Amino acid sequence: MTQAELLDRLPSILPPGALHAGELVREQAIARVDRAVVKDALAALRDHPDTRFDMLTDLTAADYVGRVPRFEVVYQLYSLERNHRLRVKAAVPEEDPVVPSVSSVWKAALWAEREASDMFGIRFAGHPDLRRILMYPEFEGHPLRKDYPLMRRQPLVPERDPLERPWFPRG
Amino acid sequence: MSVARAPGAVTPERFVEAEPASEVMALQMGPSHPASHGTIKFNLRLDGETIVDVDVEIGYLHRGFEKMCEQATWNHVFPYADRLNYASPLLNNVGFALAVEKLAGITAPERCQYIRVISGEISRLTDHLTCLGMAANEIGAISAGFYMLEAREFLYDLVEAITGARLTVTYCRLGGVMKDLPADMAERTRFALKQVRRVLGDCDRLLSRNRIFVDRMVGVGKLAQAEAVSWGLTGPLLRATGVSYDVRKAEPYLVYDRMDFEVPTGTSGDNYDRFMVRFAEMEQSMRIIEQALAQIPPGPILADDPRFVLPPKQEVYTTIEALMNHFKLVMEGQKVPAGEVYVATEGGNGELGFYLVSDGSGRPYRVRVRPPCFYGMAALGAMLRGHMLADIITTFGQINMIGGECDR
Repeated sequence: MTQAELLDRLPSILPPGALHAGELVREQAIARVDRAVVKDALAALRDHPDTRFDMLTDLTAADYVGRVPRFEVVYQLYSLERNHRLRVKAAVPEEDPVVPSVSSVWKAALWAEREASDMFGIRFAGHPDLRRILMYPEFEGHPLRKDYPLMRRQPLVPERDPLERPWFPRG
Repeated sequence: MSVARAPGAVTPERFVEAEPASEVMALQMGPSHPASHGTIKFNLRLDGETIVDVDVEIGYLHRGFEKMCEQATWNHVFPYADRLNYASPLLNNVGFALAVEKLAGITAPERCQYIRVISGEISRLTDHLTCLGMAANEIGAISAGFYMLEAREFLYDLVEAITGARLTVTYCRLGGVMKDLPADMAERTRFALKQVRRVLGDCDRLLSRNRIFVDRMVGVGKLAQAEAVSWGLTGPLLRATGVSYDVRKAEPYLVYDRMDFEVPTGTSGDNYDRFMVRFAEMEQSMRIIEQALAQIPPGPILADDPRFVLPPKQEVYTTIEALMNHFKLVMEGQKVPAGEVYVATEGGNGELGFYLVSDGSGRPYRVRVRPPCFYGMAALGAMLRGHMLADIITTFGQINMIGGECDR
């Protein structure tokens, strides 16, 4: 299936109303999806026999500051069975940066969503463990937001007492 | 004469009397542990030596790669890309160059594509040799580890002859590469590959059926095929479970469609299969290098496109047009047309993808690299649960986590 054919098939695969627009950029298919139903839409793309996107190769976000809505969460899908790709995007507003987590659809999203929330401050509703991953817990702000200054200094962090505040969060 | 004991010291009698305790112990391993090559922390919960739960902590080598790229021009990103997976910097260079070229709508000349294949496969060899050599080293096969580093040295000599540097190569440019292969490349390569094959033969005999090695590797860190796909594993980790997914075959880029090579796969998805898949891939990489060197045509190594490619130095110093072009490209950057693109290439550890967004200015708006070992590290907890403490070393070694790439 070519990328254009894939885009034509999408409305019949995705839940009704989920697909906002489909476009081809540099011969690559992009589907813009409503963020409220992004989990159902992606699960449908994974399970439908015509698409079979069994792998979430990457999940990230982008900050288009000044644009409304400000953020985009970007899912790169790949199908091992059909050998095709699709990029799915969900627009996320600045006031309420929440997207349903897809970590129950693909486990790859567990860490990728942690990173996106660490770097952009987007919350993934339903994620089991949304701690910071590349930054330390006391870090202030979200470094990949465009309004985070490049040379901003962070306050010093007091040393952790591992007995009083154990690293291990569970049990 | 009896030696005075400290009050409350454990006497042998008290030691015997005590019940064998079974309680879960929390242990922090890392971030700087002599048995793990890489700055990483394991927050472990152990029952005896069995891993009950493990929380893997990364980020110690985070230096804001993606943020830095947004400040640089497109060509400035190449030195940063070297430092992603520093065991195979040329593959990162090639991956980023291909992504920007797709975004800009230009293609590198044919000779350059062959050069990229050759240099990339040399880098894949050094990557695998680093991974396997260290994996052998860490479980006691120090000789085999150093043999592999010896083989890597021959390949680094090649890299040095091609790029002028061993590690921080910065070899690719938009639309081409920095300079042509040395005139005696075929001869040098023949020598280097002969040495690598000799070393690999030795290592194969030393390791592949070695009792200790096999006992430490077989059945350890196993991940089922469906799990591996769900975790987003690619490269040797996925191929060890039997999925024959290699970006070079699935979506051939450069001139890989003209090369005759196989994709080795494993069956069980344990550490032994990962090791053997990487081992077999090295022979395939050497085959690709030999074929590419036999086929490589003469011709230019840079695309002829003044919008993106710096003019030759001689023209910069003698003509005003070239001088102005040079100035604009260096000061303002290449004006890559607005748009976005995701380009996947086969890196040393798996699918190395670059998601780039351009707003039409001279600098990237967003550079996202999909680091293959990041997803491997995410799955590490699932691989380790139920295994022994010492199995962390072999499993972590086979993921081949490279801090520069994982933490960016």
